[in-house]
Amino acid sequence: MNHQIIEKNTALMGVLIALVISVAGMAEIVPLMFQTQTTEPSPGVRPYNAVELTGRDVYIREGCYNCHSQMVRPFADEVLRYGAASVAGESVYDRPFQWGSKRTGPDLARVGGRYSDEWHRIHLINPRDLVPESNMPGFPWLLTGTIDGEHLQTKMRALRMLGHPYTDEEISGAPAQVANVTEMDALIAYLQVLGTMWEGQ
Amino acid sequence: MSTGWTIFISVLVIGNLIGVMWLLLATSSKKKTESSGPTIDGIESTGHVWDGISELNHPLPKWWFNMFILTTIFAAVYMYLYPALGNVEGSLKWTQLNQLEEQMEANRMDRAAYFSQFEGMELTAMQGNENAMTTGSRLFANYCSACHGSDAKGSKGFPNLTDGDWLYGNSEAMITHSILNGRQGVMPAYEQILTTTQIKEVSQYVLSLSGQQTNDALAESGKATFDMQCAACHGMGGEGNQMLGAPTLADNIWLYGGLVRDIEATVTLGRSGKMPAQSKLLSPEEARVLAAYLLSKAN
Repeated sequence: MNHQIIEKNTALMGVLIALVISVAGMAEIVPLMFQTQTTEPSPGVRPYNAVELTGRDVYIREGCYNCHSQMVRPFADEVLRYGAASVAGESVYDRPFQWGSKRTGPDLARVGGRYSDEWHRIHLINPRDLVPESNMPGFPWLLTGTIDGEHLQTKMRALRMLGHPYTDEEISGAPAQVANVTEMDALIAYLQVLGTMWEGQ
Repeated sequence: MSTGWTIFISVLVIGNLIGVMWLLLATSSKKKTESSGPTIDGIESTGHVWDGISELNHPLPKWWFNMFILTTIFAAVYMYLYPALGNVEGSLKWTQLNQLEEQMEANRMDRAAYFSQFEGMELTAMQGNENAMTTGSRLFANYCSACHGSDAKGSKGFPNLTDGDWLYGNSEAMITHSILNGRQGVMPAYEQILTTTQIKEVSQYVLSLSGQQTNDALAESGKATFDMQCAACHGMGGEGNQMLGAPTLADNIWLYGGLVRDIEATVTLGRSGKMPAQSKLLSPEEARVLAAYLLSKAN
């Protein structure tokens, strides 16, 4: 029987298995890599500036994504609670995106502008000072966390290679921008810009 | 999505479906092949023998086989009804955004119908209306409690809404304006304008306005500074100014703390209070219900 050829030839079987299991990925994922809808920024969306970019890395380092998603799904109850449904073009400068799927806390995709900077500062130091029922941990050490401007420049250069349109001036000016900024300030700057850039909402 | 990608996806998806059907039917056929082995216990074997174990040529179980056919039919029907192949619209013309728009429209209608019962109702009447109070408490829990506290009593820097002390006034227009458009309260820093001594003096004077125990000598000498620097916003007697959002200083209610060191810090470094605008999330009708709820909490 013919299938003996495959069964007795491991390399051939391996190649055929790889082909079969990648069919769904090729049909569902590959075309998305070539759509302007997913690869071009939505109107108004710009790369994060030096401070916001640092804040984003603090967000990732502290594992905020473990409890907070960043995607308003296209359902009425979500739109009513959080704001306009997220679109793919809002995430083109997120590497990697922070959509997430776990919501112990609320979604943060449109948290920008929803609370004051001062609220965020108090809340990040000890959430229970403002929301007694909260089970979010405090992050007081962010107040003393400083930012390495040179490392930030390296990150910005790497992102530029990936297509983020940072200018030479933005990269050379980055250390000055973060010189007197704590990790707390940076994280708040990032939170305050989340979901506010897209003009189509 | 371009036609090229649509073809790419269609070929993969339809080809894959046909492929698995072919595989299923080809391997389930009972036709005798040359390598068929001897019959064992009445069941024909494939002729494959590994370590003395023969592989029997059992047909696939009927229930499994039929289920497979059914899922394939389901897939075909699904692809016909819904957008499954690139930019090919399904016959239902369903899209995620259309569905969202329908849900939102239904919600708008529901809300309009519900909130029509409060149309033209005075806020005082609404305070006695059970529906309005329930709705108000839910809106409060969702949109306001993160800053003002679930009991509406606020915390340092976030106004207590139950004490009857209104920074911008308690009229319907003022409360709904605060909710929908937000507020930006600014107390300037006097670090560069007043000396440390003057700040100490004026802080004592501020405390004396609400009848607190103070160092009378210091308070006395702080009056001149107060009249010059503070009275423009806070009033000569510290009665405040709701047009500016300048707090009353004569009532012993303190947004940023009423200890000497709190007041000195406020004068020295200034304060900046921000109430974020909620107009993107709340409709004017919802803001009215919320205003009535807040008034009921403050009474």
